[in-house]
Amino acid sequence: MKSWLRHHLHVMQFTLNKMRTAPVSSLLNVLVIGVTLSLPTGGYVLLQNLQSLTDKLVGSPQLSIFLNMNVSPEEIARYSKQLEQHSGISRVEFVPREEALLQLQRSTGLADVTGGLPQNPLPHAFIVYPEKKDAQSMEALRGELRSWPKFEHVQLDSAWARKLEALLNFARLAVLILAILLSFALVAITFNTIRLQILTQREEIEVSKLIGASNSFIRRPFLYFGLTQGLLGGCVAWLIITVSLTLLNLSLSDLTHLYASNFNLHHLSTSDSLTLLLFSTYLGWLGAFLSVSQHLWQIESR
Amino acid sequence: MIRFTQVSKRYPGGYAALKNITFEVAAGEMIFLTGHSGAGKSTLLKLIAAIERPNGGTVLVNGQNIGKIKTGALPYLRRNLGLIFQDHKLLFDRNLFDNVLLPLQIAGFDHRESAKRVRAALDKVGLLKREKAIPIALSGGEQQRLCIARAIVNRPSILLADEPTGNLDEDSSIAIMEIFKSFHQVGATLLISTHDDTLLRKYTGRTLALRQGELQT
Repeated sequence: MKSWLRHHLHVMQFTLNKMRTAPVSSLLNVLVIGVTLSLPTGGYVLLQNLQSLTDKLVGSPQLSIFLNMNVSPEEIARYSKQLEQHSGISRVEFVPREEALLQLQRSTGLADVTGGLPQNPLPHAFIVYPEKKDAQSMEALRGELRSWPKFEHVQLDSAWARKLEALLNFARLAVLILAILLSFALVAITFNTIRLQILTQREEIEVSKLIGASNSFIRRPFLYFGLTQGLLGGCVAWLIITVSLTLLNLSLSDLTHLYASNFNLHHLSTSDSLTLLLFSTYLGWLGAFLSVSQHLWQIESR
Repeated sequence: MIRFTQVSKRYPGGYAALKNITFEVAAGEMIFLTGHSGAGKSTLLKLIAAIERPNGGTVLVNGQNIGKIKTGALPYLRRNLGLIFQDHKLLFDRNLFDNVLLPLQIAGFDHRESAKRVRAALDKVGLLKREKAIPIALSGGEQQRLCIARAIVNRPSILLADEPTGNLDEDSSIAIMEIFKSFHQVGATLLISTHDDTLLRKYTGRTLALRQGELQT
């Protein structure tokens, strides 16, 4: 056990030394792996962010009902009661036109503009939360409410978010395909790196086999090399994404200040980061394994 | 220790390297394998080390049947053998010490024990003072001695040497034969192939003569 551990440590050290003796090509390899991995991972992060945004909107779908300008307070009270009693509606909020104007002034900073208006241009409104949240029943509810007298305009607030979600599903598939293709590319990169190493160490491998090295002994340094390279590539990808997100958030904060909203791109979660590192390590290992196995098979079949 | 029973070996293309070979080597024997080049000496040694497999008959080494040995068991068979090659098969990217260290690394020896054994083996072949040199700086005879050091560092019970004095001058050849003799004296089993008759006259030992793949009696 102890000698086994020592042997593995020795091989690990040997691998790192080998990388240090060819720093430029090792660095380039790691960079290529990192950039390749960062493409699908970056796509994934952006999609996750868009997803959480639409979740927020779709999570509480609502209908806005804008009333006719000349509706009377009695009518409002009646409508309010009718809406509350409606079986398809779970909750009703009434937004008086004065409050709507105040909100508008507060949230958009358009106080100067609205203050100059001779009268409040906004109508009274109801915000209605439906019982059933699927697209079809919401559309039906909207049709029904539209036919009520004095209901000027009924708007389904989350319709665009649903369309966006359909689009997101499409984009997610595209990212998945990209990820699969690039995974093959990564395996190929490691395969080739290891193949070149094997060619330069051909003699050593053959001599080792002649004096009693098992296949796993011969594979081990190459596997370590492959998985170390994969792991470092994964770290580079993680760095690329983290730095890009930080930069994007910096410029986003300027933008969102202007619109007085508070939107931030989320970083990769811990579990996603770990998955990224494990996956890149695995791909490096796999490329190395395929490469050495193929070569060992060539030696043995001679 | 080694037993050949009606062994034959044909290479692809139909060339018969060995025909119907039967002999036995007891533990502790020193055997000379003679014959012209092409007589099948190398093939016979390769069969013992399982570098080649026989087409017919059985080869038993340490009780293991070479014809049926599994690939996974090969490394353990070879760790019990010391192989000395005519072309040395040294690694030129590392120094003498590391060349001799390789079999011990493969067998998983710990570091201190390995270093002791490597130095003992280098001392035995008279190269201890040059452990930091690289093999390219050695003469032909010295390279052959390095190859011997690598073969014996594992303390194998059987040593196989394929033309160890093949292209060496007489002094170097004698130096190498003296090393072999000292192993014989401590109980190792040796099989040495050679076509050098003058050498044979100087050393006593059983001789197996091959001619065109057949054993002469």
